[in-house]
Amino acid sequence: MTRYIVRRVLLLVPTLLAVYTISFVLIHAMPGGPFDTGDKPLSAEALARLNAAYGLDKPLWQQYLSYLWNVLHGDFGPSLVQQGRSVSDIFKDFFPVSLQLGLLAFLFAVVMGLAAGVFSAIRQNTPVDYFCTFGAIIGISAPSYVVASLLILLFANTFHLLPTGGWNGLFDKAALIPAFALALGPAAILARYTRSSLLDVLRQDYVRTARAKGLDERSAIVRHALRNAMIPVATVMGLSFANVITGSFFIETTCNVPGLGRYFVKSVNGRDYSVMFGTVLLFAAIIAVMNLIVDLLYGVLDPRIAYE
Amino acid sequence: MATNTTVTAQTDAAARDRISPIAAAQKSSSLTRDAWRRFTRNKAALAGLFFIAFVFFLAAAADVIAPYNFARQDLNAVNRPPGTAGYLLGTDQLGRDVLSRIIYGTRISMMVGLVIPLMIIAIGVPVGLIAGYFGKGIDTFLMRLVDVLYAIPNLLFVVLLMTYLRAKFPTITSGWMLPVKNFDKATGGMVGVFIGLGILSWLTTSRLVRGQVLSLKQKEFVEAARALGAKNSRIISRHLLPNTLAVVIVAATLGIPSAILGEAGISFIGIGVNPPTPSWGLMISEGVQYLRAYPYMLISPAIMLSLTVLSFNFIGDGLRDAFDPWMKK
Repeated sequence: MTRYIVRRVLLLVPTLLAVYTISFVLIHAMPGGPFDTGDKPLSAEALARLNAAYGLDKPLWQQYLSYLWNVLHGDFGPSLVQQGRSVSDIFKDFFPVSLQLGLLAFLFAVVMGLAAGVFSAIRQNTPVDYFCTFGAIIGISAPSYVVASLLILLFANTFHLLPTGGWNGLFDKAALIPAFALALGPAAILARYTRSSLLDVLRQDYVRTARAKGLDERSAIVRHALRNAMIPVATVMGLSFANVITGSFFIETTCNVPGLGRYFVKSVNGRDYSVMFGTVLLFAAIIAVMNLIVDLLYGVLDPRIAYE
Repeated sequence: MATNTTVTAQTDAAARDRISPIAAAQKSSSLTRDAWRRFTRNKAALAGLFFIAFVFFLAAAADVIAPYNFARQDLNAVNRPPGTAGYLLGTDQLGRDVLSRIIYGTRISMMVGLVIPLMIIAIGVPVGLIAGYFGKGIDTFLMRLVDVLYAIPNLLFVVLLMTYLRAKFPTITSGWMLPVKNFDKATGGMVGVFIGLGILSWLTTSRLVRGQVLSLKQKEFVEAARALGAKNSRIISRHLLPNTLAVVIVAATLGIPSAILGEAGISFIGIGVNPPTPSWGLMISEGVQYLRAYPYMLISPAIMLSLTVLSFNFIGDGLRDAFDPWMKK
C-alpha cells in the first residue's frame, strides 16, 4: 500500500512537469513580449531594463528552470497587466471564492448524482427512473453556462427569488444558481454510472442472499448493494471534480462570481500570460491531486484491490 | 494476390462463424446490416438522426434559407424582440438577424462535428494499431505518452493553445503556415478551433483500438495471414483495421458532442471563432451579457446547441448498442 502511494505520488511529477513544459513553451512562443504597449512603444533602453528586471533577458533554459524553482515555492511571478501585483496575490483574492463554489458544487453533484442514480436503479422502468434519466440527459447535453443563464432568467428575472449574480459567501442564496448549474453536468454522469452499477450489483447472488436471510429492502440495498456499487462510481468522481474546477470558467463568468475562473477568462482576453500560466498550473495540480485521492479511495472501498 | 484475398475472406468468415453461430445461420446479414437494424429500432437514436439531418440541411442551404447574411447589420432595428416583421427570432445588439445567425451557425457546429471525428480517427487509430501490434518499447512509449497527455486537463490545454494560435496567426506573413493562416481567416477562425480541439481528442480512441488489437492479434486468422506470408502492413490494414471499425465508429461518434460543446465553450470564453462568425457559443455569450433586457438572444442559440448535442448523444448511444449489444458502459 505504502509503495503504491509513493509510486502514484511520483507519477504526479512527470504529469505536472509536462503541463509546466507545454504551458511554458506555448507562452514563450507567443509573438510579442509582455511589455509591448501598442501605439506608444517603450524605448529600447526602458525595454531592456524591464526585461532585465523580470529576468526575461536570460537564456530560455535558465528562465525555464528559475521559474520552475519559483513556482515550486509558491511564487508565480508578477502580473503583467495589474501592475504591482503578483500572481500569488491575485490567487489569494480570487481562489478562495472558486474553492468554496467548487466544493459546494461538488457536494451538490455527488448528492444529486447518487440520489438520482440509486432511485432510478431501485425503481427501474418507473416514472421516477424516466424522470431521473431525462434529467441526466439534459445535464449532459446542456452546457453549464446555458443552464445557469436559464436559471437566472427563471428565478431571478421572472420570480425574483434569487439574485442574478454576485457572491456573498458560501451560505448565501446567491451561491445556489452557480453551484447547481456547475453541479448538473457532473451529477448527470455520476447518476448514469451509479444507476448501471447498482443495477449490476442488485442482480448478484450476495444481494439475493441478503434478501433471503430476511433483511429488509433498505438494509439489503444500503449495506450490501450500494457499498459495492460505489466502486466503479468512485473512478468517475475524480473526473467530476475536474469538470467542476474547469467549469468555473463558464459559471463564474455567467453568474458574475468574483472567483479565479472568471479572472482567468479576463486574463485570457487581456493576455495576462503570467496569470494564465499560474492558473493553469494551479488547476492542473489540484486535478492531479484529486485524481490521486480518488484512486486511493478506490482501495478503501474495495479491499480486494491489492495495489500491485 | 487474388488467391490471397480469397483465403483471407474465407478465414475471416470461418472465424466469425465460430464466434457467433447466429451470424452463421443467417448468411445474408452482415455486421453493418445487423447494426443498422438494431439502430433503427432505437427511437431516440432515429429522432437524433433526423434532427442532425435537418441541421445538416440548414448548414448546406444556409445561403438560400437564411433571410439575411449573418454579418448584416440593420441599425434601425437593434434589439428587436422575436416576431418583429422581417425578424422572426428578433435581432441582436448590433441589429443582426438572430434567425440568420442561428442558421449560419449550424455550419460551425457541423464542421466541428465532421472534422474532429476525422482527426480522432486519423491520429487515434494509427497510434492504437501501431502500439497494439508492435508491442514492446513502441507500445510502452506511446501508451505512457497517452497517459501523460490524458492527465493534462483538456480545457486548460485547449485555452492555452487557442490563446497561442490567436496571437500567432496574425503575425504569420510567409512560409508554409501562410495558407493555413489564410484558410483560418477565411473560415472565421475555424482552423485554430480544429487544432485546439482535435489535438488531444484522439487519446481514448487510441486506447480502445490498442486494446482491440491486443486481443485480435492472438486470433487464428492473423496467424493464418502471417503463415501465408502477409507483411505487417497488410495484416494491419486488411485484417486488424476492419475488425476495429465498430469500436472506432462508436468512439468517433461519441466524440462529436464534446467537440461541439468544446467549440461553443471556447467561443463563449472569447478565444474560439472570430466575430462576426456566428458560433452558437459566441451568440450565447452575447446573450448572457444582455440576459436581463433581451433574454431571447440567449434562448434560441441555447436550444439549438443543446438539441444538437442531445441528438449526437442519442446517435452515439444508439450506434454503440447497435454495433455491440453486449458492450457495456
